[in-house]
Amino acid sequence: MVSQIKKCVPAAYTALLISAAVSSAFAQENATPNGVNDERAGAYAFTNANIYQADGAFISGGTLLIRDGRIVEVDDNVAIPEGYFEIDLSGRFIYPGLIDIYTDYGIPELQREDDNGAAENLYPSDQAFNVNDAIRTNFRASTAFAPDEEKREKFRELGFSSVLSLRPDGIARGTSALITLGDGNANEAIVVPDVAAHYSLDKGTSSQSMPSSLMGAFALLRQTYLDADWFVNQQPRPFTDDTLEAWNRYQSLPQIMEVGNWQEALTVDRLGDEFAIQYVLKTSGDSYRHAELIKATGATLIVPVDFPEAPEVEDTLTADDVSLEDLKHWELAPFNARILAEQEIPFSITSSGAESDFWKNLRTAVKNGLPQRMAIDALTTVPAATLGLSGLVGQLAPSALANFIITSDQLLAEDSLILENWIQGQRYILNPDYDSREGIYQLAVGDQSFELELSFDAGKASAELVLLDGESRRVNLDLSEDLISISFVIDEEGNRARLSGWPEGSGWRGNGRTPDGALVDWQLVRSGNLESDTGTEGVNEIAALPAPVVYPFSAYGRQTLPQQQDLLIRGATVWTNEEQGMVVTDVLVRDGRIDEVGDNLSANGVTLIDGTGKHLTPGIIDEHSHIGLFSINEGQTNSSMVRMKEVVDSENINIYRNLAGGVVAAQLLHGSANPIGGQSAIIKMRWGGSAQDLLIEGADEFIKFALGENVKRSRSPTSIRYPQTRMGVEQVFVNAFSQAQEYGRTWDEYNSLSRNQQRNTVAPRRDLVKETMLEILNGERFVTSHSYVQSEINMLMHVADSFDFNINTFTHILEGYKVADKMAQHGAGGSTFADWWGYKWEVRYAIPYNAALMQQAGVVVALNSDDAEMSRRLNQEAAKAVKYGNVSEIDALKMVTLNPAILLHLDDRMGSIREGKDADLVLWSDHPLSVYAVAETTWIEGIPYYDREEDNSLRQLIARERARIISAITRDSSAGSEGDNDDSVAGGREDRR
Amino acid sequence: MKKLLGLSLLIIPLGLFSVVRAIVPVPAADQSEPIAIIGAVIHIGNGNVITNGIITFDEGLITAVGEAGAGINLTDHLQIDIQGRHVYPGFVLPNSTLGLLEVNSVRATDDVLEEGDINASVRSAIAYNTDSEIIPANRFNGILTAQVAPQGGLISGSSTVFKLDGWNWEDAMLAEDIGLHMHWPSYTQRERNPETGLFETVDNENYEGQTQLLHSLFQDAQAYSGQPLNLNLLAMRPLFNGIAKLFIHADEAREIISAIRFARGYGVQDIVLVGGADAFAVKDFLLAQNVPVIYERIHELPLRDWQDVDTPFKTPFLLHDAGIKVGIGGGATSIDRQRNLPFFAGTAAAYGLDRETALSMVTLTNAEILGVADRVGTLEVGKDATLFISEGDALDMRTSQVLGAYIQGRDIDLNGTQQQLYERFRDKYANQLER
Repeated sequence: MVSQIKKCVPAAYTALLISAAVSSAFAQENATPNGVNDERAGAYAFTNANIYQADGAFISGGTLLIRDGRIVEVDDNVAIPEGYFEIDLSGRFIYPGLIDIYTDYGIPELQREDDNGAAENLYPSDQAFNVNDAIRTNFRASTAFAPDEEKREKFRELGFSSVLSLRPDGIARGTSALITLGDGNANEAIVVPDVAAHYSLDKGTSSQSMPSSLMGAFALLRQTYLDADWFVNQQPRPFTDDTLEAWNRYQSLPQIMEVGNWQEALTVDRLGDEFAIQYVLKTSGDSYRHAELIKATGATLIVPVDFPEAPEVEDTLTADDVSLEDLKHWELAPFNARILAEQEIPFSITSSGAESDFWKNLRTAVKNGLPQRMAIDALTTVPAATLGLSGLVGQLAPSALANFIITSDQLLAEDSLILENWIQGQRYILNPDYDSREGIYQLAVGDQSFELELSFDAGKASAELVLLDGESRRVNLDLSEDLISISFVIDEEGNRARLSGWPEGSGWRGNGRTPDGALVDWQLVRSGNLESDTGTEGVNEIAALPAPVVYPFSAYGRQTLPQQQDLLIRGATVWTNEEQGMVVTDVLVRDGRIDEVGDNLSANGVTLIDGTGKHLTPGIIDEHSHIGLFSINEGQTNSSMVRMKEVVDSENINIYRNLAGGVVAAQLLHGSANPIGGQSAIIKMRWGGSAQDLLIEGADEFIKFALGENVKRSRSPTSIRYPQTRMGVEQVFVNAFSQAQEYGRTWDEYNSLSRNQQRNTVAPRRDLVKETMLEILNGERFVTSHSYVQSEINMLMHVADSFDFNINTFTHILEGYKVADKMAQHGAGGSTFADWWGYKWEVRYAIPYNAALMQQAGVVVALNSDDAEMSRRLNQEAAKAVKYGNVSEIDALKMVTLNPAILLHLDDRMGSIREGKDADLVLWSDHPLSVYAVAETTWIEGIPYYDREEDNSLRQLIARERARIISAITRDSSAGSEGDNDDSVAGGREDRR
Repeated sequence: MKKLLGLSLLIIPLGLFSVVRAIVPVPAADQSEPIAIIGAVIHIGNGNVITNGIITFDEGLITAVGEAGAGINLTDHLQIDIQGRHVYPGFVLPNSTLGLLEVNSVRATDDVLEEGDINASVRSAIAYNTDSEIIPANRFNGILTAQVAPQGGLISGSSTVFKLDGWNWEDAMLAEDIGLHMHWPSYTQRERNPETGLFETVDNENYEGQTQLLHSLFQDAQAYSGQPLNLNLLAMRPLFNGIAKLFIHADEAREIISAIRFARGYGVQDIVLVGGADAFAVKDFLLAQNVPVIYERIHELPLRDWQDVDTPFKTPFLLHDAGIKVGIGGGATSIDRQRNLPFFAGTAAAYGLDRETALSMVTLTNAEILGVADRVGTLEVGKDATLFISEGDALDMRTSQVLGAYIQGRDIDLNGTQQQLYERFRDKYANQLER
């Protein structure tokens, strides 16, 4: 710390001001005063200060001039013009006022509307707003803002002088306002209305049923971009929609998107790219898990410092319920900012979520390697630049708002305190009792001399004086701005000397009385600094990352992903799914593909695997799965526009469990809550990759349909959603396809216009629902339809025939055996359960012979799981086709390998062991249809994503990691219970936890 | 009289003869003559196997089991030579809803859960529907005996063990009102956090209240003199005098400990733990308490992300290896999966258990736990001739083909609705192909 012994002017105001302004520097001019005019210039010169500059340097001994709530000048040793009151800040530091870029300060919450008692709320509000209530672009924070004294003071105590206030409710949330935190009224506090436009993926208090899923939120955003563009191009408008007007009006503002996790950040950034929008991303503090991918978005981030509380792990039984992810997050969340800084990702920091732990956590982040300058930038220049308000806030520069804080030390130093917070030229004193006169002093009393150590506890007046004359003695001290009173034991009998005095020079002097009552002169002269026990070197010592980030960030994650291998698997029983059937032979794999299948192969530079006594099969493909998805069902009758690709959770543990069961790929389907579901994601189980890595490139596009009890909401007596009968279900399809045809014609007409004509014609509205339906009719998208009873199966084939396309696959299809001949004729495949039945009325006559019967009638049959557990035993489910209906073993295995590949149009590269196909292979310990078979290794394109031996070492690693982190937590919490008050919170008077 | 029946005449469930039948099979007639199954691989159910064996039974009871050539009397027996195929004791399905529930989602078919937390007095015995279409599908896989239990609440009622063939519940009963079922409340529950949208584990705020309900029930039942008339208190009596078992349904470690300590505290002697997902975490407690486990979670996911991928598969082995008596259950809540009981045992055998031990977990051990081992569970002289013949290993879906089955010597019809529908459409498509 810079030595500071000079008497400090600001302290003179202590008695007058406790966290309140003297007067308003600039009152609202058109308001009528209740009294005589009290207009003041508020002109101050702050001198001899260390003034922080935007480049991270300090002007040492600098001067800051402010007037009328603005900064006039910042420089070293400027001549102070007349009309300025000088405040000497020797030894103090001045920083720009901090900006919290993400708050709901002063914005009233919306109350959730009452729904109408039905299971679905299908319609928006009665007002002329958007068709979806979660689109609230017409909301302007500036029109709802009212100062909140309590919150304002809390922000000020943290050092903030301005905040961005928004209403965090809805998918499109309207605009935010920049609001200063002085005592003025709303007219004065709102500095800039409509600073940024805000979005999220959470519909908030909207009671409208749609969207009911994450992919529905993405779809709604996408459609609204299109609608707004279409709407604005029409004069007169086709209807009144204040929301769409506002949507367009505020597109030029910074667009701030709040996401729940890093995967949403990546997905929403891609959505922004579709419309040439670069969002600022308000993240949740987990970006460190894939910082390089976050960086690639090009987004500026808003980062919280709300670190998770330590999970409860004291009890060994309940500790078991804490996931490894939560343990690791507890450990690494405080390193988030450092990792982002290392990646040079620009970010602001918000106190939201951390609140009173803000400074403690920010200092932790700095200790953990966040450079101090970047921490300060993240609260000043970066948010200002992000909001396009650099000239106004975030730095100490002429004409900027006079928003700044005065600190006792460098802002992020261990014991630094924010002494004052000036907002638009108004002064708020945060630490009125701060005294910096600590040090070593020589005390001369009469002719005796002592050494005294004067120290302060967190700047508070309560201080301790230690007498050093060989032994230490406690000294009673009463210290104020103007007076000092000292008493201490001066002789063997315990008699005390009592001294009183006043400040003089770098110390004090005065008179006192010895124990015998004699009047003495005394003097206290500063002779040196205290030895600091924490020092600054402690701050500079950067904590090491306690553990590396693993991919995925969960149990069974790896620090580095497994590598592709060239392999020669010798002597296994190979289930080729080709003409040669099942043979004992060798399989050579190169560059992720099957290179050769044949006897006595040899090759150089390959990993040899002895397959003797084992079985090698193509990887299992699950045609119907819902693992690894953030959401399953969107609720509207036709949600063809939603994309399951946008909600793939690449970190889901069931992906690894699937690999352990020999599963290499799956179609991740929308649920069956509506007749027309959503677009499928077809993935390979590339455990450790991002969602984008998992998607199979170039795979055909599919969509989920559904029929029967689920879509007519049989188990929801209060449902009002059309359809409620199988009759209505047919009409949903006929209607959707008819509309799609009409939509196609409309666009064809428009597209056939000349360029000139197009310029004078409003383009038809793009409708993502109809576009998707049209893709089906155009053969660009294929249908997998959930189905149970024969009537509905027959119906859907008729609908498809009448619109001249084919149903690609019926899934579940449990009464497929009753219409298998019709299915074969139509060309539909069947992807069914081996033996599920009895859970609904419509599966009462589901029989385990279904697969065998459909196959007998010529249908391509797959066996699927629809279940995260069963999917890892699909080989056993295939065996049931042998048990029930005598399907040959080779055909049974095809039902979980080649046949699902055919149904997914992937059989040109997957599903069999043939030269040129992907090396997606499973080595089994036993006959693959046997209950006793265990997958030993599962390769995807020659990469061993699962290996039983490696699995064993991962288990040990998990056990060690859990033990290590749990003992770190228990260490921490036992230390915490002894000395909870160690944490100094700058400016903070309350430290609630 | 010596008949040598080739397999073509042996019970062929999917015989070429399609006949119009009642939807559920007709209950079988009493055994009319002594029967000898010869040329059999006999799985006794207690861990032993006879590779070339003979088993005879008469008037519903097993009369001899042994090696071929051991001098077993075959006089006057109808001899069935199964040529190296397998004979097993009928599987015993614990904690099932057979006959109480037909279609999960149709409330009218659901007789599983009575209203209220405390239902000590209700009895599954009289609600069991012998004509349920679910039952033949279970028999088809060799499940010939089942405990039928009410579910839910805190005290669900009492269960009864049934033979899976009979004209009515009286007829089908094997052991009546064998025990009461207690579902111990959870310490925690999974709840969706409305703020984050994520599921998280939160404390069950009702835990104290729910356990208090149980305490007061057990206290009042212990003190109950018979007056005033209280059916629930009356129904609790068999617990305290050792006549009835207490089936404690609990999965998580703390709940297992609390529930068993609770029951012991009220002097309940005969306790069975049902569920037991976390049983291995408290194995020493279970051993010290001498409580057997019906483990129901084999074809389930590990409860926690970090656990071994194969935790559910290998838990029966781990418990058995620790010295705990383990039976394997089917999981009462999903009626369509109970028929896979043998394959649960097969999976357990793939992960540590030897096959005959795994078999005993769905035969003898379950019979012992249910208190019916004097009648079923092994192929031993004097026990009921409740057994079946399989083409191959009946714990492996690849080889399990139940060719014939007997319940107390009665030759039961394995063809249920599912087989009838199969035949109907198989023939339809076969005829189409011919044309």
